[in-house]
Amino acid sequence: MSPLLSLILIPLVTAAFCMAGAAPRRISLFGAGANLLLGLYLLVSYNIGIGGFQFVSENALFPSYGIHFSLGADGLSLVLILLATLVTFAAVWVTPKIEKFAGMFYACLLFISAGAIGAFSSIDLFFFYAFHELALIPTFLLIGIWGSGERQRIAWKVTIYLAFGSFILLLGLIGLWQAAPPELRTLDIRLLQQLGYAGMMQPGPVVYLLLLFGFGILIALFPFHTWAPEAYASAPAPAAMLHAGVLKKFGLYGLLRLAVPIFPAEIQQFAHLVLILLLGNILYVGFVTLAQKRLDLMLGYSSVMHMGHAFLGFVALNQLGLGGMSLMLFAHGLTIAALFALSGEIARRTGTLEFSQLGGLAGVAPKLGLLFGFAAMASIGLPGFSTFASEIMIFFGAFARGTVGSFDWFQTCTALALWGVVISAVYMLRAYRNIFWGAQGSAVKDDTQDMSSGVRWAVIILIAGLLVTGFRPALLLNYLNPVFAYLAP
Amino acid sequence: MNPLYLEVYVVVLGIILLMAEAFAGAGHKRGIAYAGILGLLGVLAATFFADPSAMNSAAPYAKFYRADTLAIFLKQFALLSTVIVLVMAVEYAPTVENNMPSERRGAGLGEFFALPVLACAGLMWMASAADFVMIFVSLELVTITFYILVSYLRQSGASLEAGAKYLVLGALSTGFLVYGITWIYGVTGHTNLEAIAEALPGLDYAVVPALLFGFGLVLVALGFKVAAAPFQFWVPDVYQGAPTPVTAYLSVASKAAGFVVLLRVLQAFVVVPDLQEKILPVISVLAGATIIFGNLAAIPQSNLKRLLAYSSIGHAGYLLLGVASLGAPFAGTAILFYLAAYLLMTLLAFLVMTIVAQASGGDDLSDFAGLNQRAPQLAFAMLLAMLSLAGIPLTAGFLGKLFIFECAVQQEHYVLVALGVVAVASGFYFYLKVIRAMYWQQPANPDAPDIEVGPLAKFTIAVLCALIIWLGVYPAPLLALLP
Repeated sequence: MSPLLSLILIPLVTAAFCMAGAAPRRISLFGAGANLLLGLYLLVSYNIGIGGFQFVSENALFPSYGIHFSLGADGLSLVLILLATLVTFAAVWVTPKIEKFAGMFYACLLFISAGAIGAFSSIDLFFFYAFHELALIPTFLLIGIWGSGERQRIAWKVTIYLAFGSFILLLGLIGLWQAAPPELRTLDIRLLQQLGYAGMMQPGPVVYLLLLFGFGILIALFPFHTWAPEAYASAPAPAAMLHAGVLKKFGLYGLLRLAVPIFPAEIQQFAHLVLILLLGNILYVGFVTLAQKRLDLMLGYSSVMHMGHAFLGFVALNQLGLGGMSLMLFAHGLTIAALFALSGEIARRTGTLEFSQLGGLAGVAPKLGLLFGFAAMASIGLPGFSTFASEIMIFFGAFARGTVGSFDWFQTCTALALWGVVISAVYMLRAYRNIFWGAQGSAVKDDTQDMSSGVRWAVIILIAGLLVTGFRPALLLNYLNPVFAYLAP
Repeated sequence: MNPLYLEVYVVVLGIILLMAEAFAGAGHKRGIAYAGILGLLGVLAATFFADPSAMNSAAPYAKFYRADTLAIFLKQFALLSTVIVLVMAVEYAPTVENNMPSERRGAGLGEFFALPVLACAGLMWMASAADFVMIFVSLELVTITFYILVSYLRQSGASLEAGAKYLVLGALSTGFLVYGITWIYGVTGHTNLEAIAEALPGLDYAVVPALLFGFGLVLVALGFKVAAAPFQFWVPDVYQGAPTPVTAYLSVASKAAGFVVLLRVLQAFVVVPDLQEKILPVISVLAGATIIFGNLAAIPQSNLKRLLAYSSIGHAGYLLLGVASLGAPFAGTAILFYLAAYLLMTLLAFLVMTIVAQASGGDDLSDFAGLNQRAPQLAFAMLLAMLSLAGIPLTAGFLGKLFIFECAVQQEHYVLVALGVVAVASGFYFYLKVIRAMYWQQPANPDAPDIEVGPLAKFTIAVLCALIIWLGVYPAPLLALLP
């Protein structure tokens, strides 16, 4: 059995065991741990010298229609698979005691994980799409059954919103399939990319826009971002970790995988549009984030805001920008997962996430305070964390895209986008101060407990990942850069 | 084996069952259903050995009867759905008994099990009909059986109301059909579809309006049968009032038969490009209206049966979209694949609904609240049926929609595709409503006993679930069967 297939099957089988009534927590931890080790092993055994897609396995499911169940991974896929397995492991680990249907809760988490890994490792358009869509329903159930606040309305909104986005995406994918010359039509992403390099795909701007907005809705591109903050605030912490940390990266991954090789001309043609929208993400949503009075909503908005930076790397369309963007997928995934884990822990210890009721928490829960500090710094993009490395690459890449000697669209937008770093520093530090320093808030008691060791270690793993790749980004960039080597630096 | 025997077997089986009914003891009525299921499964196996070349093409009946792959596939389709409907009918038997005027145990059950077998014979003939006369006769055989079945619950006002409505509208659509056939006959001088196709290219241009008028009338009649907007208005009331197995049968087999006839008639007419240009746009309009109406009107429904009725209208819309894209080389296969997927998921939903409704006394969505706690396996089966109906990947329903949409894009029906996307999103809404009821909500009566499922029904549910996933992941074997 191909190793990538095992990566998908392990969570699915584990989920089946959970549903069937096995002790869900233990077996899920085991499955997620095994998957993490396997993901790491694949990353190490990938031959960078050869590059391209490796561990390829192909099964023709429906030859006359060209649908193959083919799996394969290049550097980009492997980094995202590592992200998915790492966050899944952490999410399973931080899951507190579940009161009702514990088996189904873990099964839903593992299902999302399998869907994401499947999407990242599919080299057939059909399964690339299908695996992602598969993860929608567990999200619906996770928010609807175990969510907080107006969980029903929110679960509804998220699912319809994402389903709508997925169908726009599906139309784009059908258009992409038809864009190839009839005798060469294929669903194989590798062949599509080659056709794209050779200039034999003529899909036209409509297909690009379908893909841009289909993926854009999944990524929460401004102005289609309204589903995200509410969903993450309402979802139970492990679900928010997986969705914001991993599943949302599917959209950006799709743009890197399909739009960059096949639509270079269209990306340039519509660069101004995307630049305006991404400034909406960074500045407008940034200011909205500043105004939030609850930690979970603030984190939700901040994750939407950071997507603006990822889009900046995308339109830069050079090695530096795209490399930074793909590094950011990894860095942002770990950061937001750590933050949601910590916010879930704060809510459990104090019973609230309102800034007005919190304060002085570091005095009674110093470990929680220390780790939250680390995660907040990572989110701001402090040097030493890989968020810094990715943002700086994106900014340089986007700036270099502009005309030398003048100050054009790209340079103006980069300058404006830089302010996003300042905005995120303001809201993150303010949240840190409001929750952990100052006088004790009404929800913080002297006997409030510090974080449990399970959550502690899960977050430490995530932050360690950020620090290691922050001090030595080359660890990941060696995998990522060859993917974009054909582009201008 | 001569394929003509297949229908003969089914008719003989139906008559034997009716005879046996007269002699079966009150406690043994369910045996009729089991015998029917076994017999139909036997015929289903026989279809794989049917050899069209065994037919004597010179015989007079050969002009009326066609046994191509399309016909054989649809016969299998009819047989399979009848088998599942009979399984459902066994589960539904207590309701039938309670709604009979007679106090005698088992009253009316035997006919309830035997009539679907006769309807099945009609459906199989319809699949092979190559002549308007034959189409008309087989359609009537099916429809008249349904008149009886729809109003079967004689103590239930809703069932009687449904029966009356179905009778009036069925008769009306029959009128349209016959009238349309006479116009077509008047213009071409033929009732045989092949002969019509041969006669059409040589027609005088002046008679084309008359021909189109006749075709329009036939289209209206078929629109009633497949429940295409604006001829869909009878569907919700009839579906809700009819006994649940009959509703399932109506929404699957009767609709499929309507589509087969539509395909057959169209095949004869689209040979002339001039006619094709006039006919397909009309069907596109019908498709758009049906997709939008079915999916939007389903949103506020709170009764599951009614919800499925509207959803069946919506699915008819997607199928019509496939018909409107007939120019695409793959369209015929796409429509048949969609029908097969539709059979599996709709019958699964109705089967689970029958069982749950027996236990909780109603088929409102509130009766499904907390089903996950009462019967997790049934809830899971329903979840799968809803996901497939909504079109989630790796289920049969998704592939069906994908193929249809792909044909539509090839034929550049962009407006319809855009409508379809809106409809799919709203479909998510109301199918997820069912999932919400089962998984999020608390049961109305927490002390309600667990739901018991008979072994036959359990087995059928498992097979249907497996088939839905199998077709969604690995459709090649089914596609090999399709013409």
